[in-house]
Amino acid sequence: MARLTIDRIRCDGSGMCAELLPEFIELDDWGFPIVRPGTIPPEMLRLAQRAVDVCPLLALAVIDEPRAVRSIGRSVA
Amino acid sequence: MLEKSRILAGPPLARGREAWAEHRARLGPLPSADGTIEAMERSGALGRGGAGFPIGRKWRSVAVRSAGGAVVVANGAEGEPRSYKDRTLMTARPHLVLDGALLAAGAVGADQLIVYVGSEHRSAIEAIQRAIAERPEPMAHRIRLVQAPATYVAGESSAIVNYLNAHDARPTSVPPRPYQRGVGDRPTLVQNVESLAVAALVARFGPDWFRSAGRLTTRGTALVSVSGPIAASGVREIEYGTTLRELAGLSGGATAGVRAVLLGGYFGGWASIDPSTWDRPLDPAALAEDGLGFGCGLVGYLSADDCGVRATAHILRYMAGESARQCGPCVFGLGAIAETTQRLAAGRGQDGDLHHLTRWATQIVGRGACHHPDGAAGLLSSALDVFAAEFRLHEEGRRCSRPGSATRAVAS
Repeated sequence: MARLTIDRIRCDGSGMCAELLPEFIELDDWGFPIVRPGTIPPEMLRLAQRAVDVCPLLALAVIDEPRAVRSIGRSVA
Repeated sequence: MLEKSRILAGPPLARGREAWAEHRARLGPLPSADGTIEAMERSGALGRGGAGFPIGRKWRSVAVRSAGGAVVVANGAEGEPRSYKDRTLMTARPHLVLDGALLAAGAVGADQLIVYVGSEHRSAIEAIQRAIAERPEPMAHRIRLVQAPATYVAGESSAIVNYLNAHDARPTSVPPRPYQRGVGDRPTLVQNVESLAVAALVARFGPDWFRSAGRLTTRGTALVSVSGPIAASGVREIEYGTTLRELAGLSGGATAGVRAVLLGGYFGGWASIDPSTWDRPLDPAALAEDGLGFGCGLVGYLSADDCGVRATAHILRYMAGESARQCGPCVFGLGAIAETTQRLAAGRGQDGDLHHLTRWATQIVGRGACHHPDGAAGLLSSALDVFAAEFRLHEEGRRCSRPGSATRAVAS
């Protein structure tokens, strides 16, 4: 079960991922990626990997895991 | 109604810090940490920092990874505006917090214990410092007090770890989460100070005692910070399930008409108050069914004379200003949301403002390294719902339904 993740701190909104992978990534009003939820079908994996490879800040990744570890939540304040 | 307080039991709060001797005379010695994780799990006690994650499960997630070398951080940063419950607790009952922290350290297998207190909370810092000094060696040796920068996000768990590791109190990308790799790369339990005080009581009196309080689904009692047009605003301990009406009554009653309430904190949400919703219970499970949250226990009543758009704009400006400015959707999204809401509030709205706000409120959710943008977005969504007619009046009529309104009720 592969899916896309973005390191939001690294990402500076170059937008290259959305150009290569519009099926999965669109850009918000400021050019930052919005990833469509869900897993990437096997036939799209090569394309997804290309989008990962062109990210100038290495902020995009394809991760392959049975649904990421559930959040333990935050403790603000 | 709860007959007496639990977390804040003991001498009157106005007397200040309960000393080590008084604390021991009242509650007896610190019990053994053996079996504390099971007791916390059976109690069902929820964390009090805001997310409401079950305390026992959180401790277990650290214990299974620790091998004796974990770190416990007692989180008393309390950067939430209008929340006073953590500083009140630390100031009046520092030994209860230290007991909980020591129990947590024993239970998860930690050899380092840090009490992390917001640098602006001077009386809490002094009380904790004195309490540590009162503890016998070698107990006192294991506890270190660290002052947190006075920012909103400095209390977020990854920001705490980052501050303790690198003196940078900004959130980091997760995973790894603190319980996986935290302070000094060790498994780290970051636990709110009120949660630790609860643990110190559960370890003494047991999970069944804990569960005997609570009227609906969620068990136990909780500290709340009450603000707004209320005669005696401040910190109170309530049984979960206490209603908004009862809480206002416990706090001396409302001094003006009340139209809405901010629940949970600046990352929480607005709920309208009318004759029927005055009886809304403050129970996390019941609130969640209506898309609301108990959060950090903030209950901010909004006066009937106050404008919901202005109160919301004030909060969102604060939230945008407190962004750590690391993630695009937070920097630009919250910035645009705050600017647009303020423009609307000031009667300078433009066509399309409401449309944009509605879209952004869903679009920025889940797109930061931490949950700061999610919190602001949730607050905005609730405001667009609760104050819908008012937002329209501000956009279309460029005016306010309450021209004399101040934002003091929840926001100043």
